[in-house]
Amino acid sequence: MEAILKSALPILILVVEALVLLVVALLHVAYTTYAERKVIGHMQQRIGPNRVGPRGLLQPIADVLKLLTKEDIVPLGADRSLFYLAPLISLVAGATSLSVIPVWDKFVLANVNVGLLVILALSSLSSYGVILSGWASNSRYAFLGGLRASAQVISYEVAMALSLVGVMLMAGSMNLAEIVRAQTATPFKIYAIPQIVGFFVFMVSAIAETNRVPFDLPEAETELVAGYFVEYSGIRFGLFYLAEYFGMVVMSAVAVTCFLGGWAGPFEVPGIPFFWFLVKLYALLFFYIWVRATLPRYRYDQLMGLGWKILIPLSLANILVTGLLKLWV
Amino acid sequence: MSEVVGKLKERFGGAVLAEEVSCGQQVVFIAREALPEVVHFLHEEMDFKHLADLCGVDYQGYKPKRPVSERFEVVYNLYSLSRRELLRLRVPVPEEDPWVPTVTPIFRVANWFERECYDLLGIRFEGHPDLRRLLMPEDWKGHPLRKDYPLEPEEEWPGYEKLREKARELSRFEWGGRRVRGGEHGA
Amino acid sequence: MAPKVEIVQRQFGHPEWEEPFVVNMGPQHPSTHGVLRLYLELDGESVVRCDPRIGYLHRGLEKLSENLTYTQAMVLTDRLDYISSAANNVGYCLAVEKLMGLEVPRRARLLRTIVCEMARISSHLLWLATHALDIGAMTVFLYCFRDREWLLDIYEKICGARLTVSYARVGGVRLDFTQEIVDELYRFTEEFPGRITDYETLIDINRIWLKRTKGIAVVPPEKALNMGLTGPSLRGSGIPYDVRKFKPYDAYDEVEFEVPVGKNGDTYDRYRVRMEELRQANRIIRQCLDKLPETEGEPVIAEGAPDLLMPEKKKVPEAAPHPKRGFLIKGAEVPVVPPGEVYVSIEAPKGELGYYIVSDGSGKPWRVRVRAPSFVHISAIPEMIKGHMVADIIAVIGTLDVVLGECDR
Repeated sequence: MEAILKSALPILILVVEALVLLVVALLHVAYTTYAERKVIGHMQQRIGPNRVGPRGLLQPIADVLKLLTKEDIVPLGADRSLFYLAPLISLVAGATSLSVIPVWDKFVLANVNVGLLVILALSSLSSYGVILSGWASNSRYAFLGGLRASAQVISYEVAMALSLVGVMLMAGSMNLAEIVRAQTATPFKIYAIPQIVGFFVFMVSAIAETNRVPFDLPEAETELVAGYFVEYSGIRFGLFYLAEYFGMVVMSAVAVTCFLGGWAGPFEVPGIPFFWFLVKLYALLFFYIWVRATLPRYRYDQLMGLGWKILIPLSLANILVTGLLKLWV
Repeated sequence: MSEVVGKLKERFGGAVLAEEVSCGQQVVFIAREALPEVVHFLHEEMDFKHLADLCGVDYQGYKPKRPVSERFEVVYNLYSLSRRELLRLRVPVPEEDPWVPTVTPIFRVANWFERECYDLLGIRFEGHPDLRRLLMPEDWKGHPLRKDYPLEPEEEWPGYEKLREKARELSRFEWGGRRVRGGEHGA
Repeated sequence: MAPKVEIVQRQFGHPEWEEPFVVNMGPQHPSTHGVLRLYLELDGESVVRCDPRIGYLHRGLEKLSENLTYTQAMVLTDRLDYISSAANNVGYCLAVEKLMGLEVPRRARLLRTIVCEMARISSHLLWLATHALDIGAMTVFLYCFRDREWLLDIYEKICGARLTVSYARVGGVRLDFTQEIVDELYRFTEEFPGRITDYETLIDINRIWLKRTKGIAVVPPEKALNMGLTGPSLRGSGIPYDVRKFKPYDAYDEVEFEVPVGKNGDTYDRYRVRMEELRQANRIIRQCLDKLPETEGEPVIAEGAPDLLMPEKKKVPEAAPHPKRGFLIKGAEVPVVPPGEVYVSIEAPKGELGYYIVSDGSGKPWRVRVRAPSFVHISAIPEMIKGHMVADIIAVIGTLDVVLGECDR
């Protein structure tokens, strides 16, 4: 009996840890939507949600309840199984990426040696949800949205992966915790300074990867109505919404880990080891929101041009320079 | 009589049926056969580059005296930017055979104006590249701006009954296991 | 003879025919500004063919007007371009006044000019808001609406209505301004130029905005005129045709203002023209306000302006009342509005808004024809969209500033 318990205990701990992480992440996602509405509201000289709960703090919960109780409509000509599957793919892929991110020194759910690759793989997987939903909806707008998404994924995935190569070269590892430790050992403490080009390319392609303004072409409300999820309603729509914000959180977390020194900070905050991680994460999330309130949307071909003509050459040059420096310095 | 009218008379003597001044605006009556040439002449040589408006008027039952007494008239308001001058062409169109040659090759803007005029008054524009109904549904019967078209028609548009039938059909559908009651129009 | 118009239509049965990818943009679509429907044939993202289908808001305004008196029909003009209803009223009233030979008092003319320019500002603000939102800049939208709200509040103070104002009357205006309104307008004109600069800093130097608007839907000047574009859409191509300068009405001949024109005729130039027009409109309002005290105490409606219920024919007693029975002896009938026809156009915010009215001498118009700028502009969409992409369609719809209430009438 004891033997069984002993062998089951690590698994149990892992499950509990995963659950805690998931719940915390979900809360973050929910309140990112709230923060987005509030922040953009204030940027646009309006108030934002303030009706549900004190200062509108229960708004995300009300939103989820509303989405849960809404009718789930499947269009007639839709490919049902794919239609059901698509939002789940997006969400699961987004949520799983969280498991390899080191929140602080002692907390990584899955300390895999190829953490960066896992994240890249999962983030490209999540765009399959977008493409499949565009295909399965049997709607012209959704189809166009899916087409745009697939083209966008190809061009931005490459730039993003290349921008991370510089980090891998400098850290000499693909394990995210190792990367953080390697960063704190450098004179700058963060890679954002020596890898400034890589950081820039990563942030731009991260916005494109999460389909946010100014790269929200697959959904482009004013062009394709809502793009790939135009036919979704109720909780399935909610899942897509969730996936988008999960994507934001994950991408910001990756940026924090790879470029901004992860959990490390100028001084230790007693009792809250993940303090600096969260501060950096929130700063990046604010950046996302800020961009959304400021910039207009790119056109499809301009987006492609930006990806292939600017970001990819930039990140290639970055790799070259980093490699040469690594050789000689 | 303005300079333009003089030139028009000199060039297209017989086609200028009459002329008058209404509220200070020069009006010329043109025979429909000569219309494209007249408009082309005005556009190219008299610098009337702006076709401000094109519309049809139904004069059935109009009491005051008119120089030409056909039922329809198509009215062209031309404006010259260089001379700041408005010229109105009125083209009488008989009731039995309502057609007017198109001016779309000269003024692109005339395309939709003519379609609208065809739609609402039933005047055909010969040579128009795409003469379809514009404002009314494609299967609409009658031309609403004609004076003999009633303001409130007795019979309704046949498509409307089809729409109602469809609505009834959908209202019988079971949404999520619950039967939606009613749905019969007015019932 | 003139050249033939080339119509691109790949027919079914043609050897190169393949089934096109058809998208029906609208009538319910967030950025078609109402119920415009565009039938699009796409090749990937590029537009192969575009066919606007209108009529979803057709209310038969022209037919309805024929069955109402002149004064009653004016209310319908509010519903044309419901964003700048004050300007529509003025255009209609000008046409009827010209038919009737009415002379409008100077104060009324100044007041009309003010509300017209207010309509222009409010319309251009809405245009800027939606145009920017269509292209994706959502913050401009709310900034513009804040100021538009202010204008609508002033409208409410002037006449009680915010959107469909019906402020002008045949022969003048309905009510005089109170001092409170004048003060409020002074405050507005004082503050508004700064606000315009705000909007410009939001989008003017934004590289994405420039990329999305420069070189999009270029219209050369001759073509623009030939396609019937008017207003800012025409002036963006460099033709300084402005009805306020070419055929001054109301008080436009006594105020100073400039007519901004563009150079390249692309979406960006049309945007610049409209932004400049906002400044000029502000200037005109200011000048009119300064002139208002000169006309203090004048009536705001002309003598002999028609009542709401106009008779079919006015009966004029020829002789004195009947000596014994006391009633009037039946006199001769004189026309209420002299028979005739008139075409009057004004510079509405969207372009040249023309009214062609035929009168048969009775109290009801025989024919009211509205030359709506939006109607013409929508007909130009297929030409302007040629060779562009789906995302540019909304830029084109935005830059033409169409309102479907006016287009469908």
